[in-house]
Amino acid sequence: MTATRARARIVVMPKPEIADPQGQTVQRTMPALGWGNVEGVRVGKHIELVVEGESMQQVSDQVDEMCRRLLTNPVIETYSFTLEQVPEP
Amino acid sequence: MRPNVGVIVFPGSNCEQDVVHALRLEGADAGLLWHGDESLEGVDAVVLPGGFAHGDYLRTGAMARFSPVMRSVEAFARDGGAVLGICNGFQILAEAGLVPGALTRNAGLRFLCEWAEVVIEDISTPFTGACASGQRLRIPINHYEGNYVPPAGAEPRVVFRYVDNPNGSWRSVAGVASEAGNVMGLMPHPERACEDWLGSEDGRLIFASLVQSVSSRAAG
Repeated sequence: MTATRARARIVVMPKPEIADPQGQTVQRTMPALGWGNVEGVRVGKHIELVVEGESMQQVSDQVDEMCRRLLTNPVIETYSFTLEQVPEP
Repeated sequence: MRPNVGVIVFPGSNCEQDVVHALRLEGADAGLLWHGDESLEGVDAVVLPGGFAHGDYLRTGAMARFSPVMRSVEAFARDGGAVLGICNGFQILAEAGLVPGALTRNAGLRFLCEWAEVVIEDISTPFTGACASGQRLRIPINHYEGNYVPPAGAEPRVVFRYVDNPNGSWRSVAGVASEAGNVMGLMPHPERACEDWLGSEDGRLIFASLVQSVSSRAAG
């Protein structure tokens, strides 16, 4: 069985109903720089990692579990991710 | 018989010595428990102190909740043992799901290091049994992520509320307990209000309640 190696790119965002003072502060800084046409600024985080597994499905299931249990707090955050196969180093 | 309280030390905890001091003032035996050791060494109660466990990396308390000692803390809590989380300790308990909700960045995006007045709303927990309902305590806060968010669709058991909400917490919540009441987290630092020369002795009531509660459990 050939192992699957994939890079996961994970986006973590505050849930829409959660106040995001960091995003609001960034948004308030923009008009002074000439960008008064920006709204809805929200700041999250991006995580990358490489997983080796048996199949893309198994890797996807594991990344999903890693997001739920460690990489995000489901009370206040949502997440999405993409997977891209990568060659052996 | 003097109750024995274990105070957990994570890499980055910094309030454990003050908590030990405050517990000893109330007549308890108190000692430190390293996060990497699973054993609680037969303690009668557990305190998770303030600080910056794992540098608050990823999210505050996110990795500390998976420390070996936490497996025992979770079992201890399930069996009804008294577990108190102060500041970073509250954040760790919330990440572990031992108290409901989450702690997020202060609404004003300022690190708050100041006195706070809290009102006690629930005197039926092991940590507030020696208090009066509606009693006010003057205790310092020292945090950047103290903004409490409740879990969706569930009313948490509120134990303390701020008189003047300093950080945007939902309904000015300063501390909550688990449904059963034996696990509690609060953001203010009662161990920093345990001597009159610190500016307030109001924090002593929380440790006195805990010692009283654990002593009567052992006797009963």
